[in-house]
Amino acid sequence: MKSAIATLLAAVTSLSAVAADEVNIYSYRQPFLIQPILDDFTKQTGIKTNVVFAKKGLIERVKREGKHGRADLVLTSNFSAMIQLEEMGLTNPIDSDKVDKNIPASFRDPDGHWVALTKRVRNVYSSKDRAGKLTSLSYEELASPKYKGKICTRSGKHPYNLGLVASMIAHHGEAETKTWLQGVKANLARKPQGNDRAQVKAVKEGLCDLALGNSYYFGKMLEDNKQRAWADAVYINFPNQSDRGSHLNVSGVVMTKYSKNKENALKLIEFMTDNKAQNMYASMNMEYPVKPGVELSKLVASWGTFKEDSLPLSEISKYRPMALKLIDEVKFDL
Amino acid sequence: MQLKQSLSSWQSIAWLIGIALSIPLAFLIFEALQGESEVFSHLWQSVLWDYTRNTLVLIAGVVALSALIALPLGWLTAYCRFPGKRVFEWALMLPLALPAYIIAYVYTDLLDYAGPVQIWLRQQFGWQGPDDYWFIDLRTLPGAIVMIALVLYPYLYLIFKTALREQSFKLVQASQLMGMSPAQSFFKVSLPLSRGAIVAALALISMETMADFATVHYFAVSTLTTAVYDTWLGYYSLTAAAKISGIMLLFLFVALLLERMSRKTQVVHERQSGVNDTHLYDLTGYQGWLAWGFCMLILGVAFFVPVGILLNYAFHYFEQAWNAEFFTYALQSLQISLYVSVIAMFISLLVVYYQRIEPGKFTNLPGRFASTGYALPGTVLAIAVLLPLTLMDSKLNDWLDGSGFEPGLLLSGTLFAMIFAYVVRFYAIAHGAVESSFVRISPSIDMASLSLGKGRFQTLTQVHMPLLKRGLLTAGLLVFIECMKELPAALLLRPFNFETLATHVYQYVSDEQLELASISALFIVLVGLIPLYWVNRSMEQHN
Repeated sequence: MKSAIATLLAAVTSLSAVAADEVNIYSYRQPFLIQPILDDFTKQTGIKTNVVFAKKGLIERVKREGKHGRADLVLTSNFSAMIQLEEMGLTNPIDSDKVDKNIPASFRDPDGHWVALTKRVRNVYSSKDRAGKLTSLSYEELASPKYKGKICTRSGKHPYNLGLVASMIAHHGEAETKTWLQGVKANLARKPQGNDRAQVKAVKEGLCDLALGNSYYFGKMLEDNKQRAWADAVYINFPNQSDRGSHLNVSGVVMTKYSKNKENALKLIEFMTDNKAQNMYASMNMEYPVKPGVELSKLVASWGTFKEDSLPLSEISKYRPMALKLIDEVKFDL
Repeated sequence: MQLKQSLSSWQSIAWLIGIALSIPLAFLIFEALQGESEVFSHLWQSVLWDYTRNTLVLIAGVVALSALIALPLGWLTAYCRFPGKRVFEWALMLPLALPAYIIAYVYTDLLDYAGPVQIWLRQQFGWQGPDDYWFIDLRTLPGAIVMIALVLYPYLYLIFKTALREQSFKLVQASQLMGMSPAQSFFKVSLPLSRGAIVAALALISMETMADFATVHYFAVSTLTTAVYDTWLGYYSLTAAAKISGIMLLFLFVALLLERMSRKTQVVHERQSGVNDTHLYDLTGYQGWLAWGFCMLILGVAFFVPVGILLNYAFHYFEQAWNAEFFTYALQSLQISLYVSVIAMFISLLVVYYQRIEPGKFTNLPGRFASTGYALPGTVLAIAVLLPLTLMDSKLNDWLDGSGFEPGLLLSGTLFAMIFAYVVRFYAIAHGAVESSFVRISPSIDMASLSLGKGRFQTLTQVHMPLLKRGLLTAGLLVFIECMKELPAALLLRPFNFETLATHVYQYVSDEQLELASISALFIVLVGLIPLYWVNRSMEQHN
């Protein structure tokens, strides 16, 4: 009976059976960015890649699917997703000399559970007309009364903002961060909404003078005919240059605990940490490569060098749940 | 004895369907009851009340605005003659094909502070900043109400118009003879007589409103739906998310109860001779143009402007938007919508038929159970579906362990999960449509068929199904439209390398680049229009 059913099921599923030489990927990162890298990987190695792209919920899916899950890799767009996966015990250590050589230790989990692939800076855009270049701006100052009604941002609960708030807690503690959040909320020109592009658009139109955003959006807007005018209206500023440095988030990758194609998955991770892919990340998405020595895109290089917050990501991520609570407590989004 | 046996097999089929479709909900409730949730009490103390209030205001607003739009439109097209009436009659249903999130994106682009309208106004009047003038802020609760009402009013319009034509026509004629003015007749005769239909439609609208995720999320209006989402994916607390879903279920039961109660007043077993081409009121002169203007205004705002803007995008970004991916996704969308609508049609027929042949206190329970998925927002539904499916997958794998075949995620990792979720979500629509057309078939037909020696199954296939053809088609088509538009469940349940047009559009929209997916968005609308055309045709013939 059991074997009969097994045979039957095997027959049914063989229709959708997949080649052995493959890697299955859950990706929080967008197709336009990842697909060319994957295509290049397939061309070089002959390993096929299958992807599910989604903005949300992939972690939960990996968790639910457990040991029968088919995902080998999860590509994330922020550090908290990677660390969440690690904390849930869903990751498999990445053991590769090549990866260790390519990526500096501060951008890898000490036990190899995650690897960062690109750096993304949380910077402040300022209106060329009304605010000018702000070389000495700090995140702390965003709560200062002088910016009342002048700041735009996306939802406080977005991972990029959550990361920033968590880093504020890491540096200043819970109580001080709460006061800071209330101050920033009081300074908002409008309820948090839209994505990082929408904030720059709002600055251009005069709705606000300052906006929080990730640096690569700046580059992407400059490449888009319609959106170039938005980006042209603002300066990009790297906060906290006189003290701890600007807050960094990263995109990265984990190998799932129950990966069925570990070898291929590892090959892909190695590929993504190497020059070619790192270059593609830099040039296509205007991000900062993690591998030292990989050239920045010309445009990104033109924004100048800056000091990065050196607090390890694993330290900041501890405060993520608290950050979320604070945002609800001060009703930041409401 | 024979009869009893056949009854019990109908009974088991109906209950099987009812239980199968309510399994996700049962798992969710079970999850919600799991112990204390620290996250939930934190939310309870901070923001949950705001979310609940926003949800209630949203529902009340959408219901009120839909009524303000749809009731006059229904009355005008059912009873009056005015310029363009024949076109408006079906055209007013067109907005149903537009997903609320698309119209919300389009209007935001248009009316935003940084949009062309306000930029133009600022240039014209020399205004410098936002403080110099007032303009509607679309990304607010009222904005969300307007957007959602614009695409949901057709439900009420459709149902109210049909009710007017089928039930109160003679009475309205009588009221006219007794010297009532049109307004008096509307408030004293038509409205009270159609109360059941109106409440049923409004219940449907409020459930759809509660399930909306994309629009409110885009507008940054925090509702219970967005709270479920945040709680699950931000706090990583499934238990707390399930508890919030529990609050939503309370709303749902109120809506369902209202709908059921209203149906009770509606049992009319006759195929009415409707209004045909005779009209009660001839609107001439300015009155006729006023009616025309009102219809045109609604249609323009709810359909022509957004579609026009999409067309404009599609024209300017044709090369980027028209690509091989588009065809693949279109095909995949059509494929899944077809599967789901056929399944929903078929199983709702079985359940409703059971209700009919074995009337009793509990026979409508399977149908009610099966319908509960409707108010679950796609996101919640996706979790709720994953819970039992992954469990079953893991049991199946354990059981087959050692047999040499490892099925993996046979249920939760394939199209099955998506199809199952869609059926759970949209069963209620099919059930409602099939049920209301069954009601119109007199029970005496069943008796005649049975006394002539036909069995229950034969009666269903040979007598009822031909009579129900249009009702079934309507049911299937309505489900089809909804499937084409469905977004959140698809986002979370897609198997590898599978995209629908809706998820494709969403990818771009969330990056503020709707232009690049404009053709996909238009295609969703276009595909939605074809079923609407058929629904309308079948209703016309019905009348």
